[in-house]
Amino acid sequence: MNTTSKELPRWADLLLLPLLGLIAALLISAGVIALLGESPWQAMKLLVDGAFGSQESIGYSLFYATNFIFTGLAVAVAFHAGLFNIGAEGQAYIGGLGAGLVCLWFGNWPFWAILPLAILAAAGFGAAWAFLPGWLQAKRGSHVVITTIMFNFIASSLMTYLLVNVLINPGQQSPETREFAATSWMPLANEMLAKIGINFAPTPWNLAFVFAVIASVLVWLFLWRTRWGYALRVAGQNPTAALYAGISPSGMTMLAMVLSGALAGGLGLNELMGSQHRILIDFPGGAGFVGIAVALMGRNHPVGIFLSAVLFGALYQGGSQLTFDLPHINRDMVVVIQGLVILFCGALENMFRRPLTALLGRRAERGSVES
Amino acid sequence: METYTLIVLLLAATIRVATPLLLAALGGMFSERAGVIDLGLEGKMLGAAFAAAAVSAVTGSAWLGLGAGMATSIALSLLLGLACVTYRGNQVVAAMAVNIMVSGLAPTLALAWFNLGGQTPQLDAVGQRFTEITWPWTKAAHAMPFPGLLYSELLSGHNGIVYLAAIAVPSAAWLLYRTRFGLRLRAVGENPQAVDTAGISVNLLRYRAMIISGALCGIAGTYLSVAASSGFVRDMTAGKGYLALAALIFGKWRPYPTLAACLLFAFTDALAVRLQGVSIPVIGVVPVQFILALPYILTVLLLAGFVGRARAPTAIGVAYSKEK
Amino acid sequence: MTADFPAAGRSSALELRGIDKRFGPVHANRAVSFVVRAGSVHGLIGENGAGKSTAMNIVYGFHRADAGEILVNGRPVQIHSSQDAIAAGIGMVHQHFMLVENFTVLENIILGVEGGALLAKGLHRARNELAQLGRDYGLEVPLDAMMEDLPVGIQQRVEILKALYRGADILILDEPTAVLTPREVDQFFLVLRRLRDGGKTMLLVTHKLREIMAITDRVTVMRQGAVAAEVETATTSPRELAEKMVGRAVLLKVDKSPARPGDVLLSMRNIEVRDQHGVVRLKNTSFDLRAGEIVGVAGVAGNGQSELLEVLSGMRQPASGKILFGGSDLVADRLDPHERRKRGLAHVPEDRLRVGVVAGFSAQANLILGYQDRADFNRGIFLDDRSIAADCEQKMADYDVRPRVPALRMSAFSGGNQQKLVIAREVDCDPKVLLVGQPTRGVDIGAIEFIHQRLVALRDAGKGLLLVSAELDEILGLADRILVMAGGEIVGELSREEATEEKIGLLMAGVKGAGA
Repeated sequence: MNTTSKELPRWADLLLLPLLGLIAALLISAGVIALLGESPWQAMKLLVDGAFGSQESIGYSLFYATNFIFTGLAVAVAFHAGLFNIGAEGQAYIGGLGAGLVCLWFGNWPFWAILPLAILAAAGFGAAWAFLPGWLQAKRGSHVVITTIMFNFIASSLMTYLLVNVLINPGQQSPETREFAATSWMPLANEMLAKIGINFAPTPWNLAFVFAVIASVLVWLFLWRTRWGYALRVAGQNPTAALYAGISPSGMTMLAMVLSGALAGGLGLNELMGSQHRILIDFPGGAGFVGIAVALMGRNHPVGIFLSAVLFGALYQGGSQLTFDLPHINRDMVVVIQGLVILFCGALENMFRRPLTALLGRRAERGSVES
Repeated sequence: METYTLIVLLLAATIRVATPLLLAALGGMFSERAGVIDLGLEGKMLGAAFAAAAVSAVTGSAWLGLGAGMATSIALSLLLGLACVTYRGNQVVAAMAVNIMVSGLAPTLALAWFNLGGQTPQLDAVGQRFTEITWPWTKAAHAMPFPGLLYSELLSGHNGIVYLAAIAVPSAAWLLYRTRFGLRLRAVGENPQAVDTAGISVNLLRYRAMIISGALCGIAGTYLSVAASSGFVRDMTAGKGYLALAALIFGKWRPYPTLAACLLFAFTDALAVRLQGVSIPVIGVVPVQFILALPYILTVLLLAGFVGRARAPTAIGVAYSKEK
Repeated sequence: MTADFPAAGRSSALELRGIDKRFGPVHANRAVSFVVRAGSVHGLIGENGAGKSTAMNIVYGFHRADAGEILVNGRPVQIHSSQDAIAAGIGMVHQHFMLVENFTVLENIILGVEGGALLAKGLHRARNELAQLGRDYGLEVPLDAMMEDLPVGIQQRVEILKALYRGADILILDEPTAVLTPREVDQFFLVLRRLRDGGKTMLLVTHKLREIMAITDRVTVMRQGAVAAEVETATTSPRELAEKMVGRAVLLKVDKSPARPGDVLLSMRNIEVRDQHGVVRLKNTSFDLRAGEIVGVAGVAGNGQSELLEVLSGMRQPASGKILFGGSDLVADRLDPHERRKRGLAHVPEDRLRVGVVAGFSAQANLILGYQDRADFNRGIFLDDRSIAADCEQKMADYDVRPRVPALRMSAFSGGNQQKLVIAREVDCDPKVLLVGQPTRGVDIGAIEFIHQRLVALRDAGKGLLLVSAELDEILGLADRILVMAGGEIVGELSREEATEEKIGLLMAGVKGAGA
């Protein structure tokens, strides 16, 4: 019994483990790159340079990071309720539809009027798409992992149908809507910075980044500073204890999924209103799955999620840079790194946790008794 | 007669679409009945599809390709086993990791080795693909539409893997229900502690189940790139692994119902291709996307208990540890 | 009752020599040695946590001893896995059955000894052999029935058959009667006698004195990981065994004045509870709880006590009946546990770790569990961490919780300190009625006394306490009035003055009206 009380110190749990996971993922990636006949060192240099080497690359990195903050938060909130939401991709897709529809329908309104509507629509549509799997889990016992996967595919079919048959810009071949009116575009970071006299290269980095940061703060406040967030975490860690405390686990399941979907919907603000300015096929582009890696590496904590989202944003931006300079490597390599991060920070975590606990655990226990 | 021919051709297409689904779903059946959630079907298939096409392109042998596909898929299964069984990691996370990793790794390797933008070369030399096996007297049978057409189009004229998949169903059922291995496998997915106290290694059983899953997914992936088409292209599986999982659930983790589910799902797929833009009397034009989404919608409805009830293996998703 | 078997006692079937085992800082077995004679029923008795299970798990290959050896039929054997144990002729019937619910009886029995790669032949042979075994020992079971459809008593027979089919000559039975009804217990004892007459050796692990006296030939008493005594059952008495088990005078003395019961605080009327399969768990149960009294609920575990607590606390909905408390019917008003707490109905749950706390949360976060809405824990829409921490520190001081660190994870505290924290939490909100389940399970001696004093103090402050405990000593020591449960109903009520261990025991065994 008492052997289980041997625990890893908090700092190691929060910093050392994810860092070790990242290092392992990068080492294996370096091995793959070497195998392909390229120099891992040069690839790494190109990657870092491509991600942070210029204002353009920083802007792009933060633009991608914005998407990942939203989806990472989405995965994390569900996770705190003991749910694994694999459906952030579909929720972001449908959430984006909401934001997009607002931009299409109210395009002639001023931006300050469109923005709250668009935020509500993005969150609302995403929440609705996540509510169904949440409700099915809570009331019908359908496993949320499977249903969210199914809902990703259903969302994809639905969006293809809408874009091909309903929303398509008439007289156009590719299945996408007409361009949003310019009044509904998210202000770009370089434009806003220019107003306060800072020159920044034009990139898609936009106001949605601020909303992502605000969302992170709100998630933190909600989960750790309010009684409702407390209830949600109790339900996630020990559903029986929740029942004992008069917290409805099924209610918390639905609440968590709704919040999760709403957060995922935020991706539409960044991707559609900030950059694409139209609804198009598969605009989330896998960000929902990156969210899993981001949440796992970020230890499901907003600060960690912000940091790992920036890391992944940089990887995505730096990865596209690789394509130009190394003939044998392209952005797919970043997907490999992403998969490896999920593997080492998530599934194979015990590989590092066990030896680390053996190494550091005892000292922590003694410390706690003394204090 | 026109309609009859159409139906026969539709059913033949159904069989072709169902084959990889069925092989992967049967693979998933083994790991899930042993208590391990197999979301990794997708990644294992994709990895196998790439490895098979690559090896076949280089060596000129479809058989070597099959071997490579199976080896790759089994290796990925073992990686999942390491994470889920040995290190008791989260099975869903592990599978997602493998799926995502493979979806990046396959085109990366393809690009580096063949320099064709993430594809493998066309497999058009003799022996590089598994081609259709034409049964005797098909020509003669073709002349006599009923029942000749059924013989020549539905039974004859598929590649070897299709027939292998057909045999795989009774074989899997036999293995699961008539052998010692099957008994233990089913037990370990229901109550691993009972298996442990009976003096049988839980982890070893789970590894063996996952290796079978890997082998079957390997064949399924090989089918995609070396039999059904001629070469590997990016994201070739396009969700077929998840569809196979849905079929497995829809078939309630049993071999014959799973076969039925695969055929049903494949039929919707074949139908969607046929119905593209076709107007049906009374109903009008059915959106293809709706038909394509039907398998997923049906699975959700089943899971919700609106159509029947699917009872998953009791111990699924939980890593076994003696201490508890 | 202790029928002597003439051939018993000549040779040793199983012998433990100096078995020693540590789990981290816990010394679970200290040089445990005893001999089980062939063809006998040997009892192994001790309190929870005395090391019985550890010793048995070592014999069955689940754990490995740090030191010592095991002898079977006089020869040393190496047992590293359950397979080794089976090979040595040792079978085990676990307290929680090791059965596959959706397998048939036959499939369950042959699992692991299928007799070949194909099932057909093995199944056929097993069918014949099991029919023989069933006739020999009165262990008939329906071989083709699904396990999940069978009653517990039959499931246990399957477990015994499983061991016999594997050729076990020595059967270890771990708390075999915990889940059985009194009728099933009688049948079970019958089977044990037949097995003994057939030359089998049985090791009965239990903490129930009555069973030891009724069925065993010889008994080993364990206390705090070591063997405290080994005696012939015929030459001992329950009192002597009990003293050896606890190592001090039997009846736990709790200093308390006579109760002065006041008004009725809570009344349960005709409550019926069904589980998810529709089986009645609590039938037509009614009782009153008054201010200033402790009502003890005694009974064999699994006879409806847990359901009683759950239905009162609001964790479970009854099929019918009323619970009157604070001027309303808790059932009709569908009040959840949280609402009930607000009205003064607090609950210390039986299974602390699974139900009462969130092990991964800090102590202070656990101390608001169920009270997270309270005004003094919140400031506006936010939780007031400073006041929560201060409150936690205060309670830690009041209840002498160590270490006194509100931010420390709950799982890092010992069982006794966790329990003190739970009790502190539930008592602090000044409830009118406190439901208490197994307050001292897994709690060290020092903490037990402390907790008992607190509970009595609550009573003296005019609260009503409902105490469910598997420890008869605890019930007798604390309760002012005793309800005895069996088969999902209250079968008798005794005042503390008239209650004796024998009377309660008879009631627990289902003999109605024995106390009157």
